[in-house]
Amino acid sequence: MADAFIEIASVSKSFGNVTAVDNISLSIRKGEFFSLLGPSGCGKTTLLRILGGFEAPSTGKILIEGQDITHMPAHLRPTNMVFQNYAIFPHLNVEQNVAYGLRQQKLSREEQTEKVSAALAMVQLEGFDKRGADEMSGGQKQRVALARALIKRPKVLLLDEPLGALDKKLREEMQIELRMLQQQVGITFVFVTHDQEEALTLSDRVAVMNEGRILQQAPPRDIYERPSSREVADFIGKMNLLRGIVESIGEQVVVSSAELGSVSVNDNSQAVHPGDRVTLAVRPENLSLSDTPSTGGLPVTIAASAFWGHTTYYRINPEGVGTNTLDISQQDYRGSKNSGDQAWLCFNSSDFLLLKD
Amino acid sequence: MNRNMKLASRILGTYAVIYVAYLYLPVLFLPLFSFNDSIYISFPLRGWTLKWYQVMLANEALHRALMNSLKVGITTALISTVLGILGARAVTRYRLPGQKPVVGVIMLPLVVPEIILAMALLILILRLGGSLGLVSIAAGHILICVPFAMVVLMSRFEGFDRSLEEASHDLGENSWWTFWRVTFPNVLPGIVASLLLTFTISFDEFIMAFFLGSTNPTLPVFMWNQLRFPKLLPGVLALGAYILIASVFIVLLAEWFRRRNASDTQTGDMIIG
Repeated sequence: MADAFIEIASVSKSFGNVTAVDNISLSIRKGEFFSLLGPSGCGKTTLLRILGGFEAPSTGKILIEGQDITHMPAHLRPTNMVFQNYAIFPHLNVEQNVAYGLRQQKLSREEQTEKVSAALAMVQLEGFDKRGADEMSGGQKQRVALARALIKRPKVLLLDEPLGALDKKLREEMQIELRMLQQQVGITFVFVTHDQEEALTLSDRVAVMNEGRILQQAPPRDIYERPSSREVADFIGKMNLLRGIVESIGEQVVVSSAELGSVSVNDNSQAVHPGDRVTLAVRPENLSLSDTPSTGGLPVTIAASAFWGHTTYYRINPEGVGTNTLDISQQDYRGSKNSGDQAWLCFNSSDFLLLKD
Repeated sequence: MNRNMKLASRILGTYAVIYVAYLYLPVLFLPLFSFNDSIYISFPLRGWTLKWYQVMLANEALHRALMNSLKVGITTALISTVLGILGARAVTRYRLPGQKPVVGVIMLPLVVPEIILAMALLILILRLGGSLGLVSIAAGHILICVPFAMVVLMSRFEGFDRSLEEASHDLGENSWWTFWRVTFPNVLPGIVASLLLTFTISFDEFIMAFFLGSTNPTLPVFMWNQLRFPKLLPGVLALGAYILIASVFIVLLAEWFRRRNASDTQTGDMIIG
């Protein structure tokens, strides 16, 4: 990529027999909010620690602004990190924590105080200067960790699941603040998370990782709407994944599946051939239920329903396919259904994705 | 509370009182008899006197022995604590090949009888043509004190989050500054504990000091020498009382320091400035 700010080139990292990062190449642009998303143990934190200089890659190179930093020790790198447990120095107060990285700049007392105040204001912690490390909540510690890293004006800020320890409400608040902060300071953020919602909300681009490899990297909307594999589709959001076989290819691809019979699908981005085993993927919100049989409606039985406030989830069982089920989310379906009730399933063939197995 | 529990708690209470009395009464007899105006230990006291304290304060040999013990004790405390810091840090921070056997060997002096160590060192030093004296005593004391320092410091190092050191590196400090600004203030209570413990062990250690000292006795050896002559016994009792007071003072000082450190979380960076 021409405008690559961070270049990760064929980086691998093994611990003994375990390969944590498996030949990853990535380019991250300047000022981008880039997320590494994956289940725990997928290598995302190891990759972040390689960027920060806390692990040396077994093979491969890391460049920032064209400079090879692969073997540069952590304390000389133009990166700063917000640790998962925040790593607030327990023997120092907030002011001393935030000012920790300023020692080498040999600032006067006034300059330092001014910088610290500005950094604390940025994370909305004015007046907390003298607070001790153990007198703060998780959210406040997180803000101190952010201020302490940002005061260094790093080229890249690395964040290791910084919101993981916060409760849901605070987490959602911090997500918005983090995004605003990133746009305000214009620093490139590399953000590690296992929370797909968080990754989709915050990022300019997301890399979905599993078992040390990158499965897909794209803007959040593309990841959500066009997952490139069954693995990604399964990991991102709720998705009905149906096994099928390609019957014929013409204007549309005709796929037969146990649950829906023959379905004509518009998507053939993965170039399938007749006879291929494929996965039909469709989001719950792209399926709908009807009380009356309509053209193309499939008779189904409601297996379970769950009210979620803004939407209601139904698990349905198409007739004559055993116990296989599909999930449907419906916002405007007024006819409340109970398990055992009959209904008709409607869908649009353009909402289906076809993924090669 | 039913009757059985009342009985049980009464028995336990009595046991506790007897236990504490057994621990401390003999120690309290030491200062008591040191005020006795007689060279023999007997009840009732013949009369009250402070002369044994004056005798001891004026005893030149005692001064020398005390100075010897302080020299050996302080040297031992400093060197074994520094070695303990290095060892504990290495063991808790890095995955080293053969780590467990190495730690086992370091800890060995804890279980090897001291008299064996003392004899082995004596033979070794004489064979190598070394001379006996305070240096050889300190060497022996360091050998037995390093495991204690390691144990105290390892628990402190383990109890302190490794990511703090990483955060310091991340914020631009090299290993040396990270040690001074983060590691040292966080393990400081352990360092103080180690210094006090190793000093105390060295200060009252007898076997090594007896085997490896020449004509230059440390305080315990000096006391043992005195005990062989009945007429010197009361003086030894007075000396014992002095040491008792000093010990209580040191324990109180250590406790005060520990509490101050616990409440004042900023001590660390204030030392660095």
